[in-house]
Formats: sequence, structure tokens, C-alpha cells
Amino acid sequence: MLKVSNIETFYGQIQALKGISLNVEEGKIVTLLGANGAGKSTTMKTIVGLLKPKKGSVDFLGENVTGLRPDQLLRKGVALVPEGRAILSSMSVIENLDMGAYHRKDKNIERDIEEVMERFPILKERQSQLAGTLSGGQQQMLAIARALLSKPKLLLLDEPSMGLAPLIVADIFKIIREIKDAGTTVLLVEQNAKQALKIADYGYVMETGKIIIEGKASNLLEDPRIVEAYLGRKSTSTSA
Amino acid sequence: MLLEQLVNGITLGSIYAIVALGFTLVFGVLGIINMAHGEIFMVGAYVGVMTTGVLGWPLWLGFIAAILVTAFLGYLLESLTLRPLRGKKGVSHLAPLISTIGVSIFLENMTHHLFGAGNKPFRTPFAQLSIEIGSVTIYVVQIIIFVISILLMMGLSIWLSKTKAGKALRATAENLETASILGVDTKRTIIMTVVIASAMGGIAGVLVGMAFNSVSPQMGLAIGLKGLAIIILGGMGNVKGAMVGGLILGLAETFLVAYGDSGYRDAIAFIMIIIILLLKPQGIFGSKAAQEGR
Repeated sequence: MLKVSNIETFYGQIQALKGISLNVEEGKIVTLLGANGAGKSTTMKTIVGLLKPKKGSVDFLGENVTGLRPDQLLRKGVALVPEGRAILSSMSVIENLDMGAYHRKDKNIERDIEEVMERFPILKERQSQLAGTLSGGQQQMLAIARALLSKPKLLLLDEPSMGLAPLIVADIFKIIREIKDAGTTVLLVEQNAKQALKIADYGYVMETGKIIIEGKASNLLEDPRIVEAYLGRKSTSTSA
Repeated sequence: MLLEQLVNGITLGSIYAIVALGFTLVFGVLGIINMAHGEIFMVGAYVGVMTTGVLGWPLWLGFIAAILVTAFLGYLLESLTLRPLRGKKGVSHLAPLISTIGVSIFLENMTHHLFGAGNKPFRTPFAQLSIEIGSVTIYVVQIIIFVISILLMMGLSIWLSKTKAGKALRATAENLETASILGVDTKRTIIMTVVIASAMGGIAGVLVGMAFNSVSPQMGLAIGLKGLAIIILGGMGNVKGAMVGGLILGLAETFLVAYGDSGYRDAIAFIMIIIILLLKPQGIFGSKAAQEGR
């Protein structure tokens, strides 16, 4: 579905991505792991067109989409929930949801917004409140709900668990699995490697702009290199 | 006397509010002060004079002509002087500001060249028509200015809060990147914003011409600086702040002239800036978060 081939992205003179290739198959959850500064978010931004790669290509559904703008990619079915959630804090919750369906022209928008609010009751309760007044977990729910309203074929999630309490993190991962079950393909960037690998089908591990390990998620969970570096020795711990 | 001054103040204030709205829309979306806004306003005033006074068109047609000309100027301003500087490496963040100053000098001198330096009288068929309510005299012109201003402000508020394009503008103003991943064509939104802001400046120009019965190539600078003072007063990029700030300044100026020293009329705006910067630097309606978001 999504095929990233050898992309190299620069910030000025600094090379952030040194030839990243990855594949996301339809109907799967693929996770991209790695420490801070490994280039995970840069990869996501390059895929949706917020950054332009110097080399390499991004193909979506067999079509070359390298260098297209984010709004053009959204129209093709690629939605991003960026790191830090990117809520429109000066707009109300319902207006944020409206913006999620911005590019749609069909008649089901009202119904879909209603449906999303049924699924996330807290958003319904707070619909006329400014989005900036929501708690971190609620903002993350809003960001995901907003992205879903664009009816994406592929949803990119950039560290959805960042800065959230363990209980809410568990909620978020449950939601991600539900999104997959509803038929949307997910590319998930996470630092919370254990949780991410548990719900993912396939995983990639990045380090300083390169992919160093890839494989089936179930295999990665047992890979000694990953256990050592990302999962910690205490296998019972579930916290970030 | 007091009531008459109140009417004068509100009339002036509502014009100021519209000028300031043009500033605040562009600042909200682009994060820059459009120094050419005052001159676009001045061009609007001249179009009003030329079409109604010289060509003898009816006033409403004069308004439409002013709107079309200034909207087109806004389009040129964005596509020729702002867009080429956007997102380029090595371009100082002050470059677009300087660019708009260049446009303002160009427009002022062009008007000077075409129409001469002096004041041009702005005659409306009902300039002297007035209504007496008790001892209070209200000119029809004032009512027209007030009604047009209120309609414009209400229209803008509703457009921003209810329509898809208005919401896209607000999203773009809050965060360009977020707006674009939500599917907003931010380039188009920016063009639209500058065009709308300029057209509002043009309308304000015609209104000022009507209120003071004259236009001159230099009128843009003074009103431009006052518009700037108002958005600092109300909060940069804040629509409500521009409206309230405009009314406050209009009333303050009018009452100063009536009951104080008319020599300080143009100083009051800047005295207000000094006070507001000392007491509440983010402006009356401004929030700290909104400034950090830039």
C-alpha cells in the first residue's frame, strides 16, 4: 500500500534520513521504533509531504506521491496525527472535528461526526469547549478522531502515547487496534516499543537516520537486541 | 453635545475597526505586519472619489469599484511581493515587512503622480443631510458609515465562525502545518486572506473619504499607524480585539478633541500603546499562548 524507497531528507546541511525504505501492507499495523532523534518523525513528515526528500521516492497505492503537499496526500487517503497532537487549541472541539472532514464533500459528515462522538463520549461532552482546555489524553483522542473523520486509507500516528498516563496509553493502543479492525491501515511511530510490537504485525527499528532491524512484530518482541535496547530486562513492566 | 460626540466617536471608531481588521487578518495568517495596508486603504478612497465624484457613478457602484480594485491590489501584493519570500532559505523574517513598506511607498507615489498632491474633495449627494433627534444632530453619512461597518464586522465574524473557508483561515492562522495536514490548501488560504483584508481596507477608505469629505495620497500612513496601534491594543491577530480596539480609539480621539486638546488627537493612539504595553503587553484580548504559537 505504502512503499518508501531509499528516502534521504535534510534539515539544511544536516542529513536526518540516510536512505530509509519501508513497506506498509494493506490492513496491517506497521510500527516504526527507535530512540529520540533517530528520525522517526522526519520519516513521517517526509511521507506526508511536510518535508521534501532530496533522494528516494514515496509510492502510495502504486502511485508516486513524492513531493506532493500534505493536503494533496490527505485527498489520496493518507492522514497524519503528528507528534504533540497538533490540536487547534483556539478552536472548539466540534470545530476541530469539522476541520477533520474539511476536504470531504459527501453528505455523511454530520453523521460521521456524531458517530465519532459516540465512540469518544468525552468529545461529545466537551464539544463546545476550546480544544486547548482538554487534558493531554483527551487531546490525543481528539487528534485521532479528527484524523479518522478524513476517512483515511492509511493513518500515520506519531507517538500517540507520548506524555500520557499508563492507563490512558492502554486506551490509546486499544483504539489503534480497533482502527485496524475497522479496515484502516496504520503506520505507528512509537518509543513505547513493547506496547507497539504487541499490536503491530510488522516492525522497523531506526537508529540515526537508518533502519537497523526489521521483521515480524512477534519475532522482534523476542529479538535479543531489541529486548536489550528497547524493552528493558524487566519483562513484566508495561510502563513507558 | 455628549451624545453627538458619542455618535462621532462610534462612527470614527467603526472605520478604525475595519482598518484594523485588515491588519489583524493578515497578521494572524502570515505573522507579518502589512505596512502597505494603509496605502491600499488610500487607493480605495481615491477609487471612491474618482468614480462617484469625477465619473458621477452612484455610491454603491463606487464601493464595488473600490472593493474590486483593492482586492486585486491585495492579490498582487501577495503574489508579487510576499509569496516569493516565503519558505526560502536565508530570507530574513523581516524581509516581507520591508517588502510591504516598499509597496506602500510605491502606491503613495503612484497616487501622487496620477492625481496630484493636494486634497481631493469627496462629495456625496447627501453630505449635508442630517436628522435632528431632540438637540442631537446626526448626519446621514454617519449612519451609512455605521451601518456598513457593523454589517461588515458581523459578516466577517459569521464567516470566520460558521463557514468552511472561515474555519480553514482560522486553522491556518493558528498553525500552518496543522492546517495543511487537515487538507487545507494553505497557499490558497493565504491569498484569500490578503485579498479579503485588502478589500476591507478599500471599503474603509471610501468610508473615511465620506466621513472627512476629502482624500489625499498621505492619508494612508496616518491611518496605517493607527490601525497598527489598534491591533497592539486589542491583541495581535485577534478579530474581537481589532473591533473593540477600533471603537476605543475612535471614542478616545473624539472626546479628546471635544473636551481636551485637539493638538493631541493623533498622539492618543500611541499613548494608548505605551500604556497597554506596560500593563498587558499581549493586548486586551490577546493570549500568551497565541503569541507563543507563532
